[in-house]
Amino acid sequence: MTREQGLDGPAPEERPSPAGRRNKQGIRIDPEVEAKHEPRRTVISALVEHEPGVLAEASGLFSRRQFNIESLTVGPTDDEDRARITLVVEEPDPGIDQIKKQLRKLIPVIAVRELEPDAMRRELALVKVNAERPDQVAAVADMYDAKTVDSSPETATFEITGARQKIEAAIETFSQFGIREIARTGTTALARGTDDTAAPAPAESTANEANNTPYTQPADDD
Amino acid sequence: MSERAPPVTATEEQHDDQETQEEPAETTPTEDVEPATDAEPTPVTTGAESVVRALENAGVEHAFGVQGGAIMPVYDALYDSEIHHVTMAHEQGASHAADAYGIVSGKPGICLATSGPGATNLVTGLADADMDSDPVVALTGQVPTEFVGNDAFQETDTTGVTMPVTKTNTFSSEPDRVGTDVSEAFALASEGRPGPTLVDLPKDVTNAETDREPDEPQTPDTYEVQERADPEIVAAAAERVENASRPIMLLGGGVIKGDAAEVCREFAIEHEIPVVTTMPGTGAFPEDHELALEGAGMHGTGYANMAITHCDTMVAVGTRFDDRLTGGIETFAPDAEIIHVDIDPAEISKNIHADYPLIGDAGTVVSQLAEAVDESPQATKWRAQCQQWKSDYSMAYDTPEDEPVKPQFVVEALDEATSDRAVVTTGVGQHQMWAWQYWTYTEPRTWVSSHGLGAMGYGLPAAIGARFAADDDQEVVCVDGDGSFLMTLQGLSVAVRENLDITVAVLNNEYIGMVRQWQDAFFDGRHSASDYGWMPEFDTLAEAFGAEGFRIDDYDEVADTIEAALAYDGPSVIDVHIDPQANVYPMVPSGGDNGQFALTEDQL
Repeated sequence: MTREQGLDGPAPEERPSPAGRRNKQGIRIDPEVEAKHEPRRTVISALVEHEPGVLAEASGLFSRRQFNIESLTVGPTDDEDRARITLVVEEPDPGIDQIKKQLRKLIPVIAVRELEPDAMRRELALVKVNAERPDQVAAVADMYDAKTVDSSPETATFEITGARQKIEAAIETFSQFGIREIARTGTTALARGTDDTAAPAPAESTANEANNTPYTQPADDD
Repeated sequence: MSERAPPVTATEEQHDDQETQEEPAETTPTEDVEPATDAEPTPVTTGAESVVRALENAGVEHAFGVQGGAIMPVYDALYDSEIHHVTMAHEQGASHAADAYGIVSGKPGICLATSGPGATNLVTGLADADMDSDPVVALTGQVPTEFVGNDAFQETDTTGVTMPVTKTNTFSSEPDRVGTDVSEAFALASEGRPGPTLVDLPKDVTNAETDREPDEPQTPDTYEVQERADPEIVAAAAERVENASRPIMLLGGGVIKGDAAEVCREFAIEHEIPVVTTMPGTGAFPEDHELALEGAGMHGTGYANMAITHCDTMVAVGTRFDDRLTGGIETFAPDAEIIHVDIDPAEISKNIHADYPLIGDAGTVVSQLAEAVDESPQATKWRAQCQQWKSDYSMAYDTPEDEPVKPQFVVEALDEATSDRAVVTTGVGQHQMWAWQYWTYTEPRTWVSSHGLGAMGYGLPAAIGARFAADDDQEVVCVDGDGSFLMTLQGLSVAVRENLDITVAVLNNEYIGMVRQWQDAFFDGRHSASDYGWMPEFDTLAEAFGAEGFRIDDYDEVADTIEAALAYDGPSVIDVHIDPQANVYPMVPSGGDNGQFALTEDQL
């Protein structure tokens, strides 16, 4: 079988090769100070138009771009035309930047912000346990400030709110009685004090933020 | 186009457009149509009329589509409009034609389809427009709102299906709002980074009464586009350019979409910076210029890929650093500081880290940069090196008389026989790469291809759309492959019906050639499902459609046949029987090092 001979010119091994490299994120690697990009967990809040399809658009974006989302909550705000989406994501810094930028591109999205590590974060869980040892169950509930929502001869159901770690600790402690069912809402969050969570601000300088998001430490309550 | 009937003037009966489709226009009584003494439009009375009025207000002259149940009210309103509707043979063709229309004209191309299969057939063209940031507006019929969600006849969740492949889409649910939804979709398709938008039109909404005129095309308040880049980063980038010793400019499709080719050319020429283009950026810089290194990437020229690999400063404008351009990220321009100009902040540092992120409109930002750069970089040695690479890695090929016609020769002959402003459309595969490599592009909006999506079948419908957008003196040539042509050749019926002066050159090797080439290189030559072994006679087939058919088997037929096909006043098809063993080189294997491009199969 004859084959096309191709083109003339120096073969690959005869060509000069540059010394540099980039890492998987497309960042040039300086062997002296190679930045490691480990995934970190953070909260992103988005103010969106309260209209059908926004949630589908946002969640579709995350699945098709393979962003690692730990939880996503959505609910109305004081303005009936607007809703707030709160995301907990776990990604390396370039991934977190992409999530914010891709979210901003969605037309119904008004504002996007990554919250500071000290932001208030809360989650609610309903935990239904076996109530064979009611006194001990009540003691554990007391320990975690859990409210009794429902009780029957066989079961007791508690409502626990707090940061993720507290809820996980509570669930672990409750597990000694035998957990029948759990439902969790996922984290919702607001910035502290007068700091706006994600508000329609005067056009922020996306240029400055494009590469230089100040990298924050994960909050210890998270 | 000189062949079409002259545009309907304001004083003529408004049904003239439909006469070409042999509709009994004169017998249809039309109420409310004044003998049209001025441009004062009649008030809208239905949602559908409001939709069509929105298109008219936006200056739409052509639309491409296919009729069907749920879109009928819109077509009925279109019947009274001066918008020239081109009835396509398949909805995929409608979306490709609209896409090409958008590329060539710079204004959104319009496509229409009915619900269900009509809408799903549009999807390939929408995905193509989304990948290549082409301005397209799709209007789809939908079942009446009371049936939505009940799996009604020809119901598809069109906004759901198209969400990932459109810039934005809307389910239009209110008759008073439907026209404005279309206006907004039109504005969004072209403002900022262009892309396809879609408005889903339930039949009860378009049928409903309304007197609401649509608002002017306007983007919503939540849509912000940054025009000018941060001056501090511009200043830093300018300093980097001044101090560069191995600079290049990398011009992407954004340069063409942003009408920034002129300012980029001036900048490159003033500072003598060698220029590389991406495939969608083809035509942004004249390929016959000394500074031109032509296209880079998987099948880019050797010299472009050497320059991109060894540069120390890259001014990248309007490019998303697609993997077909970069090859492996680790080895992409590893010594270069990247100045990245893009209107979409999300493209900055998505694939390649930008050392100087310049967000804004391509023309505006390059002008800012041009203003900030005082001294040209000292790069005499580098330019000499680039010229050396141009001769080291020449694209020259052999044309042995005892072998079948080489495809490269045919592309060069077509280029030779046409003007500099000729528009070239292609399908996807080997022929596309030859048409890219061996045609010398000098003008923006003359290269029309499916880049990011790589949709075979794009070429013919794109030629139809391009023909309506191009000037009369611009030839439209579709360089197609046999496999690609076979996917959408029903579009010939449209070209004949509309009497479009287009020339299709099918580079026929009776293979899915690019797959065959990869099978030879990476799959031990096992030609699984790539060897057609038989193809219809495309010249005869063209004649059956009423087009003019030609055939080329030998070198001595090439020039005369091309001349005759181009001279034919209407659609012509040349079935060019090329060397079936011809391969596309240079080639960077998927994820490979651009600097290590193969010139022959054994280098892969």
